[in-house]
Amino acid sequence: MSVKTLTINDTPVAVEAGATILEAAKQAGITIPTLCHLEGVSDVGACRLCLVEIKGINKLLPACVTEVAEGMEVQTETAKLREYRKMTVELLFSEGNHVCSVCVANGACELQDMAVTVGMDHSRFSYRFPDRPIDISHPSFAIDHNRCILCTRCVRVCAEIEGAHVWDVANRGEKCYVISGLDQPWGEVNACTSCGKCVEACPTGAIFHKGETTGEKTSDPGLLDFLVTARKKQQWIR
Amino acid sequence: MDLAHLQAIAEQEKQRQRAIRLHCCTSTGCQAAESLQVKDNLKKAIEKKGLGDRVEVVGVGCMGFCGRGPLVQVEPERKLYEEVTPEDAESIINALEGGKATAKEGDPDHPFFARQMRIVREHSGEIDPERIEEYIAVGGYQALYKALYEMTPATVIEEITKSGLRGRGGGGYPTGLKWATVAKMPGNQKYVICNADEGDPGAFMDRSVLESDPHLVLEGMAIAGYAVGANHGYIYVRAEYPLAIKRLQKAIQQAKQNGVLGTQILESPFDFKIDIRIGAGAFVCGEETALIQSIEGGRGNPRPRPPYPAERGLRGCPTLINNVETFANIKAIITKGADWYSSIGTANSKGTKIFALTGKIKNNGLIEVPMGITLREIVLEMGGGVPDGGEVKAVQTGGPSGGCIPASLLDTPVDYDSLLKIGSMMGSGGMVVMDQNTSMVEVAQFYMEFCREETCGKCIPCRTGTVQLHNLLTKLLDKRATTQDLELMESLCQMVKETSLCGLGQTAPNPVLSTWRYFRDEYLALVKA
Repeated sequence: MSVKTLTINDTPVAVEAGATILEAAKQAGITIPTLCHLEGVSDVGACRLCLVEIKGINKLLPACVTEVAEGMEVQTETAKLREYRKMTVELLFSEGNHVCSVCVANGACELQDMAVTVGMDHSRFSYRFPDRPIDISHPSFAIDHNRCILCTRCVRVCAEIEGAHVWDVANRGEKCYVISGLDQPWGEVNACTSCGKCVEACPTGAIFHKGETTGEKTSDPGLLDFLVTARKKQQWIR
Repeated sequence: MDLAHLQAIAEQEKQRQRAIRLHCCTSTGCQAAESLQVKDNLKKAIEKKGLGDRVEVVGVGCMGFCGRGPLVQVEPERKLYEEVTPEDAESIINALEGGKATAKEGDPDHPFFARQMRIVREHSGEIDPERIEEYIAVGGYQALYKALYEMTPATVIEEITKSGLRGRGGGGYPTGLKWATVAKMPGNQKYVICNADEGDPGAFMDRSVLESDPHLVLEGMAIAGYAVGANHGYIYVRAEYPLAIKRLQKAIQQAKQNGVLGTQILESPFDFKIDIRIGAGAFVCGEETALIQSIEGGRGNPRPRPPYPAERGLRGCPTLINNVETFANIKAIITKGADWYSSIGTANSKGTKIFALTGKIKNNGLIEVPMGITLREIVLEMGGGVPDGGEVKAVQTGGPSGGCIPASLLDTPVDYDSLLKIGSMMGSGGMVVMDQNTSMVEVAQFYMEFCREETCGKCIPCRTGTVQLHNLLTKLLDKRATTQDLELMESLCQMVKETSLCGLGQTAPNPVLSTWRYFRDEYLALVKA
């Protein structure tokens, strides 16, 4: 296996060829913020939080899908990147109805954590208060679209790990929402195996166990990577 | 079918053609103005007068002067009739024998025509797009023959590279380089895709090419397939172009029947088939990775590049994807050579470009001009300026991805680099002229609304950034915005531009940024007192 050497924030890193910048950073102990990335499923480069600057490339590139190259000089914490990350999180908060005080995931929410990480204490953009529904038709789980950030982790987990492909995205732009089945109530979708992987994958309180109340949801996104590793390598390790 | 057959068809067609041909435009625009009725009436009048053995009426593609359609041109005398009504038809036939036509006579030497240089549109408006014989009679499929028998794939690519042709879809990526990359990729299965998902407001160049000369695009694609080692092509055309789709279907069928598409093309070992895929109305599907996803049957969402389609495209295979106009240039380059082609245009932008001239302008329509021509020549000399003595305030190029160029910069030459330098872009060829009564903030708002509705919603900056920008512009137009809002607008523009996933989001702020740059007073005048 060939190895590539590069620097991330001036720290030299050696990593196997084919690895992404995100993986290289992780090995070097450098944290790059992510939301749509989930260990165990494919990457889509949608949340734009992991954008990094690379010397000699005039575009910002997402660390989750950009492969390392020999001699690459990556910067992950420039003033510009910090400002853009903060703006991205502000935009996320402005487009949904994220009310932490009444959310099941309060205290265990990746969006909330991200706001803290990027230092966002208010949104400069006006809140849009969209009219979004809640679906409680499933016997065990529920989805509150007000809290959805369209990261599509549930879509990928269901399609790639469970193999059921219950979830997908409908419509376009600001009208996008996650659908179950052919835009049916979740409880009526026969393809759903009620495995609950989407609940563990959801970074916010959008998909949750029924019966959970404010601050009670603790999802387990690491479970997905555990399952994939177990399946592919027969290693039952966490 | 070999070369002799091709020449026989051409000869036969020339024999068949009558001495006097009346070209009647049957493109979408003229059809909407009853040109089919005009054509029928012309035909009847010819029969009535018993002129059938020396006069014929030909339903042709677009002649360009769409603002004055339906157009009828009498060949070989070149007499042009404008805004022809079905009632005028009989008098036009009578005029052939010395009578006076009731239809308005146009000037075929008008600067609108005279200043053009027609390479892609060479036979647009002269041949019947629904008959392959007419295309063959003007030298059609000779370039494909030449490529297959006198050139290797490598020399074809070399010729395209030397010609300096750049992608006509807007980005301006060197075509030869793209072809060479796909050709060099390993793998037995490769694809060629023609992007005909033209969606910029006001732009209809590609539609016109497909409606007027579909075989030109097919021939270009087949040559591309030979050059890069692909035997399967797709044309992704938007559903809003039913006539273009119909003519493409007919053209593909005729090409197959005549052995210039399908297996063993022109009796060579080269196979190439072309399928049509019809878009379902999403602007973003004009973005190449979204287009590919759409052909695969998935949701039309872009994905991050690299890997570029040349490396991993349709079904994971190396894929060459070019725009309609790019493919339509190939025949001329192969026939007349790269040296001839590269002698046209500027240092870094070769050849010609088709523009759809619309907006507040006297002469609406399609023009094909050599690169390097100034905006002033296009807008004032060819376009005739603003009607009723108005003044040009700005010219918008590049659609929702482009910018507004102020009248003070009308002397800018039209080429990829010059337009980029002044904050706009070549784009696919939309050119909207605005007069002194246009509010530039409203223009910016219009384009932002377009992007807001057309963003796919995959990445956050584009999905929500466009909404916030649109809201800020609306707030400004309602005179409720403060200077802080303007500051926020500017920084959000930068953010959306730099962080969006695909070209749609990366260029969406351009109409705002360019009007902010050149018409700042208008923004400031709207700030809440």
